[in-house]
Amino acid sequence: MTAPGAGPDVALELDCRQMPCPMPIIELARHLADVEVGELLAVVAHDPAAAVDVPAWCRMKAQDYVGADTAGDGAPRYVVRRAG
Amino acid sequence: MTGPVDLDSASSAPLHPAAREVLLAALDRGYADPRRLHRPGREARLLLDNAREATADALGVRADEVTFTPSGTHAVHLGLLGLVRGSRRGSRVVHPAIEHSAVRQAVAWGADGSDQGVRVDRAGRVDEGGLVEAACSPDVAVVALQSANHEVGTVQPVGEFELPDAITLFTDACASMGRLPLPAGWAAAAGSAHKWGGPAGVGVLLVRKRARWRNPFPGDDRIDERSTGFENIPAVLAAAASLQAVVAEREEVNARHHALIDVVRRRVGAEVPDVEVVGDPERRLPHLVTFSCLYVDGEALVTELDRLGFGIASGSACTASTLTPSHVLEAMGVLTHGNVRLSLQRETTRADVDAFCDALPGLVAEIRARVGL
Repeated sequence: MTAPGAGPDVALELDCRQMPCPMPIIELARHLADVEVGELLAVVAHDPAAAVDVPAWCRMKAQDYVGADTAGDGAPRYVVRRAG
Repeated sequence: MTGPVDLDSASSAPLHPAAREVLLAALDRGYADPRRLHRPGREARLLLDNAREATADALGVRADEVTFTPSGTHAVHLGLLGLVRGSRRGSRVVHPAIEHSAVRQAVAWGADGSDQGVRVDRAGRVDEGGLVEAACSPDVAVVALQSANHEVGTVQPVGEFELPDAITLFTDACASMGRLPLPAGWAAAAGSAHKWGGPAGVGVLLVRKRARWRNPFPGDDRIDERSTGFENIPAVLAAAASLQAVVAEREEVNARHHALIDVVRRRVGAEVPDVEVVGDPERRLPHLVTFSCLYVDGEALVTELDRLGFGIASGSACTASTLTPSHVLEAMGVLTHGNVRLSLQRETTRADVDAFCDALPGLVAEIRARVGL
């Protein structure tokens, strides 16, 4: 975890704070193409399944999981680099 | 398909035909207090002794190592915490993160341990080196390692590693008892009758003759010093009869189940896009498989499969009362949503399995289409 606001340069942050499992992962899949290859996409979610499912999704869809940090309000945030 | 297909034996199996007859006969013959010296009491005592001997024989242990408990969970609590209480080293329990909640709850209640647990690999197999290394810390009393995982089926290397002196091994064998031979190396072990086609409300606690085990709970004055409360003799006798039958037929049933699960693993992996079939493909329980479907709501999947006549379990967060994902899937680092655990019943046929595999791809596609994927 890094301090809030000190994270990497994210091109698009998806607000999935209120969404139950598996909606944060569905949002991630829907918006992957909204960033360029090599850019960062982040999901902000309170859903406890996201901590496992974002890295698992990256593995299954051949994307790079960068890691977890926190959004400005302290909510858990999971960062993905679009690989293709 | 002729009717609903229950593919959830890991939650509970129907009463084995061998158990049904015994249960009905014992209801009339085994009602009395086995401690009494009158004729009905002696009759009850005889049935209780028979149940213990038959169970010991089926499991390859001594009759005086067998205790009947009111559930598998209670057998876990009693077995694990009894080893902790009997230890001269301390009160710490080392276990992998994927142990059943009965182990985790027992540790949280009456011992010291880390909920993080020892690492497992992506197939759910414990890192033996890590387990032994953690066991070498001071004040460790017991290592707890399940015989096989109840959610993903992976068989653990129980009895395949050496523990430092005076550290005992507790094995939760609930997922495998009857189906697989007991592993070696444990000081205490636990099983659960309703998972092998015995009645619910019967657990089996095994404590090795020379194990340092002390009752962690209030004692009682029953036939077996480790048990408390009035024995349910008809149920334990039926559980023993079922266990004997399951052991006698397991070579045939396991071979059939292993092949049927291979079919499910292969067909689901090939016919459902974006699916992760988890657990060890070879070193596993013969009757169980778990997989997760990307973008699928686990609760919707369980409900829709039930509507089609298939009863399956799920480890997804949305199907749990706590709304947290399965700690087993989490520890393995595999997808937790859209999860299905399928476990074959004794009678499950190739036609049942094929019907399930035929129905699944369309259903997953339909649930994904609801969210535009």
